[in-house]
Amino acid sequence: MLLFLDLALVLEKFILIVIVVMSSLLIAMYATFAERKVAAIMQDRRGPNRAGPFGLLQPVADGLKLFFKEEIIPDLSSKFLFILGPCLAMLTAMMTGAVIPWGDKVHFFGRDISLQIADINIGILYVFGVVSLGVYGIMIGSWASNNKFSLIGGLRAASQIISYELAMGIALIALLMTSGTLSLKEIVEQQQLHWYSWNIVKQPLGFLIFLICAFAECNRTPFDLPEAENELIGGYHTEYSSMKLGFFLFAEYINMFLSSAVMVSLFFGGYDIPFVNDGSLAETIGVNWIALIHTVLFFLKAACFLFLFMWVRWTIPRFRYDQLMNLGWKILIPLSLINMLVTGAIILLKQNNWHF
Amino acid sequence: MPNFCVADNKKNMLALTNRAKQVEREPMSLLERAYLPAIFKGMAITFGHMFKKRPTINYPEVTRPFSPVFRGLHILNRDEEGRENCTACGLCAVACPSEAITMEAAERKADEIHLYREEKYAAKYEINMLRCIFCGLCEEACPKDAIYLSETFAPANFQRKGFIYGKEDLLIPNPVTEPEAYAKAKGGRVKIK
Repeated sequence: MLLFLDLALVLEKFILIVIVVMSSLLIAMYATFAERKVAAIMQDRRGPNRAGPFGLLQPVADGLKLFFKEEIIPDLSSKFLFILGPCLAMLTAMMTGAVIPWGDKVHFFGRDISLQIADINIGILYVFGVVSLGVYGIMIGSWASNNKFSLIGGLRAASQIISYELAMGIALIALLMTSGTLSLKEIVEQQQLHWYSWNIVKQPLGFLIFLICAFAECNRTPFDLPEAENELIGGYHTEYSSMKLGFFLFAEYINMFLSSAVMVSLFFGGYDIPFVNDGSLAETIGVNWIALIHTVLFFLKAACFLFLFMWVRWTIPRFRYDQLMNLGWKILIPLSLINMLVTGAIILLKQNNWHF
Repeated sequence: MPNFCVADNKKNMLALTNRAKQVEREPMSLLERAYLPAIFKGMAITFGHMFKKRPTINYPEVTRPFSPVFRGLHILNRDEEGRENCTACGLCAVACPSEAITMEAAERKADEIHLYREEKYAAKYEINMLRCIFCGLCEEACPKDAIYLSETFAPANFQRKGFIYGKEDLLIPNPVTEPEAYAKAKGGRVKIK
């Protein structure tokens, strides 16, 4: 009996992992398409519309093209690390999805199946760990290419992520002080009560800092210095071709999607339906339907963030390197420290019934 | 005696236009240094562009209408019975400023009356589309309404010889046997007397 239960659990998790990985790949694919479309309509163009109806098969065509390109490994590169770089970038990009609660739970075959792959109680720390590992792919790849431009790109990526992770972490500490837990599931559940219990209401400044840092962590414009096509001819992926380049580009979009998902869970109530009492709705239409609505809503919220990523990319030019460092160390870190102190003071005051 | 002293020159310098503007060198205010208002302004502008009308036309499916005086590829005209108008008089070749037209004349045989309108016809008629400047002087020179500039233009080609258009490329489809193709090639402008 015990063995049977375990097998069912393994199967259930396996299916969930496959679904999450596949859907994040699919979303990343169509994020590349959406990126081009958004860029086009913001620049009064039409964008890709030739492959399939409305150009919907464009990502397939792009992927096929990348697969059919010649694989070039530079002569003087270290071959193992050169291949490891994009693999690592892809792997770490996919790993974040494990702790994100995509929905509450579904009820199938007499079992409650949680729509989160792993509800670990240090979920948000795991996200941080994996995200900071993500830069290793870029660093290793750029170092192994044995190219000066790549190396500069890799160095920029490393120093940028170190600088912005600090501010991101401190902004998050303020959020964690209000929620009192590191588990993403619990953080989402705390935001279910009212629309104003969303953390964006409690931590607007924290959200802003987190958002800016998320842009930096994803190497998106205005923080795309590691790539910097026009300064570094592609930065860390200068020497890459074929699907190894594809993996780097793809990892960027998966990172974007998953950081949108993290932001939705942390600040925008996760899968919460705004202005609706989810508990009573679940009783009327059943657990499975509400799970479907939750998941769709979660993806919609994440899609809004994806759009924001693209919108910003096609609006703001790239920072200069000193401006980037100034923003990170001289503005964001002090701001997040102040935010943390103010949050702490308010929490203490509240515990003391608003008396000093 | 010109004065070479720079400072003096500056003092007495006359403005060439009244469009000169004093550049603002004030240090940025706090709101400007916060950078975010400027970002939001920029984002509002890009968002507004999403609702602008796009000037692009889906080219192969949709084409822009040509102006009524557009001069495109030549066609060699036929009369109502499908006979070629051209008599190979050579006036078009003479009129052509870029010497793009060559032709060879031939005499009509008795069994070719249904093919050619007059006793003489062009056995070979070639226009080099790389030389042609589409001026339309051939059209004006032609006394027989045989050559017209149509509403299409020469498609791209990989080889130079692909741009030398012979009679098979230039002749309008036969109005008796292929009326639809004839009407399409004729367009809205060619009048047949």
